[in-house]
Amino acid sequence: MKSLKQVLGGDVRQYGMLLALVLLTLFFHWKSGGLVLTQSNAANILNGNAYILVMAIGMVMVIVIGQIDLSVGSVAAVVGIVVALSIKNWGIPWWLGVLLGLGVGMLIGMWQGFWLAYVGVPGFITTLAGMMLFRGLNQYIGKSVATTVPSEIKYIGGGYLPNIGGLPINGSTVLLGLIALAAVIFGEFRKRAKQARLGSVPAPIWTMVVRIVLVGIVIFGAVWLFGYGEPDRLSFPVTGLILAVLVLIYQFVTQRTPFGRAIYAVGGNRAAAQLSGINTRATYFFTMANMSFLAGVAAVMFVGRAGASSGQDGTMWELDVIASVFIGGAAVSGGIGTVIGSIIGGLVMAVLNNGLQLLGVGADWQKMIKGLVLLAAVAFDIYNKTQGKPSITGMLQRAFKKSPKGVEAK
Amino acid sequence: MPENHEPTEKHHVILEMRSITKEFPGVKALDNVTMQVRSGEIHSICGENGAGKSTLMKVLSGVYPYGTYKGDIYFQGEEMRFHNIKASEAAGIVIIHQELALIPELSITENIFLGNEVKNRFGGIDWTSAHAKAAELMARVGLNADPTTPIKALGVGHQQLVEIARALAKNVKLLVLDEPTSALNEEDSAHLLELMRGLRSKGISCIMISHKLNEVAAISDGITIIRDGLTVESYPTVPGEVDEDRIIRGMVGRPLDNRYPHHEPNHGDVLFEVKNWRVESPIIPGRIICKDSSFFVRKGEIVGFAGLMGAGRTELARSIFGHSYGVFHHGEAYLHGKQLKLSNPKQAIKEGLAYVPEDRKMLGLNLLDDIKRTTVSADIGRICNYNIIDLDQEFIAAEEYRKSLRIKTPTVHEGINKLSGGNQQKVVLAKWLFTQPEVLILDEPTRGIDVGAKYEIYTLIHQMADAGKGVIVISSELPELLGISDRIYTIFEGAITGVLDREDATQENLLRLMTGTAPATVR
Ligand SMILES: Nc1ncnc2c1ncn2[C@@H]1O[C@H](COP(=O)(O)OP(=O)(O)OP(=O)(O)O)[C@@H](O)[C@H]1O
Ligand SMILES: [Mg+2]
Repeated sequence: MKSLKQVLGGDVRQYGMLLALVLLTLFFHWKSGGLVLTQSNAANILNGNAYILVMAIGMVMVIVIGQIDLSVGSVAAVVGIVVALSIKNWGIPWWLGVLLGLGVGMLIGMWQGFWLAYVGVPGFITTLAGMMLFRGLNQYIGKSVATTVPSEIKYIGGGYLPNIGGLPINGSTVLLGLIALAAVIFGEFRKRAKQARLGSVPAPIWTMVVRIVLVGIVIFGAVWLFGYGEPDRLSFPVTGLILAVLVLIYQFVTQRTPFGRAIYAVGGNRAAAQLSGINTRATYFFTMANMSFLAGVAAVMFVGRAGASSGQDGTMWELDVIASVFIGGAAVSGGIGTVIGSIIGGLVMAVLNNGLQLLGVGADWQKMIKGLVLLAAVAFDIYNKTQGKPSITGMLQRAFKKSPKGVEAK
Repeated sequence: MPENHEPTEKHHVILEMRSITKEFPGVKALDNVTMQVRSGEIHSICGENGAGKSTLMKVLSGVYPYGTYKGDIYFQGEEMRFHNIKASEAAGIVIIHQELALIPELSITENIFLGNEVKNRFGGIDWTSAHAKAAELMARVGLNADPTTPIKALGVGHQQLVEIARALAKNVKLLVLDEPTSALNEEDSAHLLELMRGLRSKGISCIMISHKLNEVAAISDGITIIRDGLTVESYPTVPGEVDEDRIIRGMVGRPLDNRYPHHEPNHGDVLFEVKNWRVESPIIPGRIICKDSSFFVRKGEIVGFAGLMGAGRTELARSIFGHSYGVFHHGEAYLHGKQLKLSNPKQAIKEGLAYVPEDRKMLGLNLLDDIKRTTVSADIGRICNYNIIDLDQEFIAAEEYRKSLRIKTPTVHEGINKLSGGNQQKVVLAKWLFTQPEVLILDEPTRGIDVGAKYEIYTLIHQMADAGKGVIVISSELPELLGISDRIYTIFEGAITGVLDREDATQENLLRLMTGTAPATVR
């Protein structure tokens, strides 16, 4: 047990969630007779959910500051129609249309941030209003008809990395895997060097080796899954690449910058944060602005995949996004939640959707099961919080621990 | 001291905790702790911050349920296995935690009977008799208020009384009070101790945890001393004749010759000056909470602020610290002779002011965060390169303060909520020392801190002064102010009523000025 912990490092929490995801995937793979982990299905899962996951990145930040954003779907709908129409009607290049759309997203976010931060209207109300307001705006601009987008945007939302090298396995995917592996190895050595520098006793070298091997296996598996089979037609999706880059950036921003610290501080104890010299209003403002910006990014990905922007885009997206964040371990009361956790939470939802579909479970049952999963996840969270453990994964973690005995109050 | 309970009762043991061992991941909080409480006595538990006192009481009250600790609990001769707080309360053990657990929005009555509601025939709440019963209980604890008053409108002292009334409503036989007086002023503390004596005479036993040794000495019939999770000694005493030095020796492991370190002040020019500071209450419009206050602090000087609770000391400090409290009317603040224009705490920190708030839970800490992040949180720019936090520097800084303040924790990666109360207070101090202030304002800095650590904090204050900084100490403990200040201002109802040099200050003349019963000029 101790050695497992040494390999995984201190934060067993996140690994617990990851484990749940892996088990869920394997379960559906087995139940469906091997339909889940195929090249086309894996790519489908990513393409079909990346836009939700992108919004989950912004949403977890909103939830950490103790707010919520109900308007993401409507905002995305506005951005989608702006991108599609500006390219089609004004004939501007596709990239300019995308930039324009993202700019509109950012402006909408600033609008909402203004009401929350400087007028003091709670985020729930501001964004409930925004939900109606921007849905209406979408219909006003788009007249509720579908507007097609050019092929470049289709590539962003549903394309695959090109094949290079002419091997039976997709060259770009392999390259991506190699980069990831190199980054992991570099990171491990850097961590070791740092431990030595700070004079703390470094963990035994074998733990590092085991860790690198484990991650290596996962990367190899992913490369094989996405890259092998039809390397010219299918490979790692572009949406996956966009998502990965955004996750890296935002994980860094939330964990390693003063702004990231401010988010957690404001959500954890606003009064204390203010007395510590944190500009709480600016923190609210930028977090909301960022959320709508990411909703804009999601919109581009979505209209790309759909091939067109239509009046119904974005309806009920907020529910999937918020559910992902909470399944990923964020606290309703703010102050707790991570980007990585929310992504894993979102993937749990995605695999659940996909698996149930492959098993031929009807939409009615799918909804009920998803609802129950969300409820159970948050119930675990709250139960664990009363036990002094912050997340659902504390539960999983406890199952692995022999001592101390499980707490059985209540 | 009148002892009007029967002597026979006095000798039988009501509570025995045998070989209690409690471990948290990486910490052995209690190691074979044994203690006995006799019926109808007030038993004090003493020990350094993080010694395990609160943990022991949480074991007793079922917060840590049976099975999560080792050892046995016998109450009234029977073995007890509490699985939750309700179970221990049903047995007659009620605990009042270090951090109060009342619901601020609810009324006194609602809080007293929370989870224990007075029902009518139909199973609804019978408000008439609930209020009547509440009034009766409030009379027993000497609380004079309308039972429908919401808790948040009460001061800490009165909230404490509501907690006790709540315990009485549950038919308490053994009342556990974890640092009940740490947030109270002298008057409220005295009232509380009197109340405990009254309970004792009615045969209710009490366990009290306190770092205020004079109170322990005044009231205890028995004392248990814990150090690093081990029982050092446990012995009966006679209230009023308790040897405080023996307690300190037991707690710290060595005698402490002086409660206050010796210090030769070395004053320079005026460092910080406030003139005509006038602030209106943010809650009650028209009420002035700082009445044209003027004061100054010299380089290397430690200036005390004495006043009753509610006199406006905290309000003054906070309004100076970047207008973070109240409605500012007028006034000027000068640092190094230069006028300061501060409209938020951020600017105040930048200019070199630091304010350590009195209420660590509400204003001092984010309980969800860990030690290292908290330590650097008030001046994060200092460990950033190009706006990216340097985690090495963060760790090094946190380690430095962990060592110098002797924060008891396995590592600085630990969460704040896992620290003992006193160690949380040390983290708040670390956070503000890290900002390297020119003027350090300390609001009740030693609340809930043990004698040994107090000494260390005083030493730190002296070091700040020796480095030419100015220190302002707000404290409700007059001995503390007299022990460390070079000069003391007194505040009464928002106005500065006097200033006394160290040589002239005594408890008596301070109290006179603090209560507005003397003319303002004793210089
Ligand atoms: N939930 C927890 N998880 C991990 N460690 C804990 C937890 N609660 C307490 N501890 C540790 O157990 C030890 C004893 O803590 P406890 O709160 O009992 O101290 P205390 O004697 O009440 O101190 P103080 O006078 O500061 O209130 C400390 O080292 C503390 O860090
Ligand atoms: Mg304690």
